[in-house]
Amino acid sequence: MKRRGRLVFFLISAAAFAGVYLWGLKGLPAVGHYRGPYGDVLNQVGTYERHVTDIVTAVNFDYRGFDTLGEEFILFMSVIGGTVLLRRQREEEKSEHKDESLDDKSPERQAPEPSDATRVLTLGLVGPLVVFGLYIVAHGQLTPGGGFQGGVVLATAPLLVYLAGDLKKFKQITSHTLVEVSEAVGAGGYLAIGLAGLILGGSYLRNVAALGTTGMINSGGTIALINLATGLEVAAGFVLLLYAFLEQTLEIRLRGGK
Amino acid sequence: MSFVPYVLAAWLFVIGLYGIVTSRNFVHLVICLAVLQSSTYVLLLSIGYRVGGTAPVFAGMPVGTPAVDPVVQALMLTDIVVEATVVALLLALALQLQKHASTLDPDKLKALEG
Amino acid sequence: MLFLQYTILSFVAVTATAVVLTRDPAKQAIGISFYGLVMALMFFIFQAPDVALSQIVIGAVALPLMIVLALTKIRRQEEEQEAERKEKKAA
Repeated sequence: MKRRGRLVFFLISAAAFAGVYLWGLKGLPAVGHYRGPYGDVLNQVGTYERHVTDIVTAVNFDYRGFDTLGEEFILFMSVIGGTVLLRRQREEEKSEHKDESLDDKSPERQAPEPSDATRVLTLGLVGPLVVFGLYIVAHGQLTPGGGFQGGVVLATAPLLVYLAGDLKKFKQITSHTLVEVSEAVGAGGYLAIGLAGLILGGSYLRNVAALGTTGMINSGGTIALINLATGLEVAAGFVLLLYAFLEQTLEIRLRGGK
Repeated sequence: MSFVPYVLAAWLFVIGLYGIVTSRNFVHLVICLAVLQSSTYVLLLSIGYRVGGTAPVFAGMPVGTPAVDPVVQALMLTDIVVEATVVALLLALALQLQKHASTLDPDKLKALEG
Repeated sequence: MLFLQYTILSFVAVTATAVVLTRDPAKQAIGISFYGLVMALMFFIFQAPDVALSQIVIGAVALPLMIVLALTKIRRQEEEQEAERKEKKAA
């Protein structure tokens, strides 16, 4: 009854939504016939005003910088929330199930040791992956990419170490204080760059740094700096999240290994 | 290219919502929410698209070449990153729920059980 | 170009429907990974390389990974709860 009632309610709302949506579509231009002035204006002036070639990054970290600041703090808070939720659980577990119940796991539960081929390939890929991540972060204002994308690429590097089965190294790389501090520095750096704009330029997040030559890696003024701060924050945040989730399954691996 | 992408956005929204409404498992529900959220990407993408326009990246390309709207792309970019963290938070909540209520079925939860 | 766009759009629709209608979350994790890749391809075709990059790393890697890890943990919790219940019955 409850489920059927819910389904009926859904069907009615879906029909209503479809009606309103189709009605709203009449006011939109057909796809491919873009009309709005903002995108065109930014495409025209972005390169002259900010000395960057990737306008998307310029919009993200400069023209719309204040919004992105808010979104970055959504990310920050979600990471904190996720790790706090998972961490409390971890402590509970250690006190409750000290030894017995977990040790008699059936053998098929335990992950097999990675083969030599896996180990060589994954460990060999760590270096190129880190370089690639740094490249994507650093060239955010020139080519597609930037702090958000490169940050996540960087965060997957410790994962490869985990895949290779080197748990000790994995724990060392993701040692908590360092990652936590980098996340805070990344988030705080964004705020601080914004404040610098307020003090030197009169308004928050104003682009006050030297703009440099278009096409060079240090061009874009504060765009490049905020880009780096974001890269640091996203990378550290995702490492923390992945670590918190991995930690839940890590114990099985540790027991199963040897 | 007509209105097809708009219809796709509506379809993703409705099918995601259908999954959420009929879900019997909170992890399934979170994944359906991710699908629902992807409808916003399609909508934003189709609003900013221009026939014959290139990507708004002017590296090795003169300024003034017709390009698609960079503003909606910046919106999508942050949207995607935020989606991932929201999913992480919801999954952590689902884990806690399973721990305390020993079920992941929304129907088996009693109302307001502490 | 137009043909490519229509193809990828219908592909997105089909994959999304398949992901939602799959009821087993473990299978869904694989599905959402594929869906992430298809979405990234769509962004690429519609001239949004920035978004495509971030969709590849998030949608096709980070998201399914977190889901699979959460499922592993949930299965382990279920086993523990099962064992506890049996213990109670025996006592």
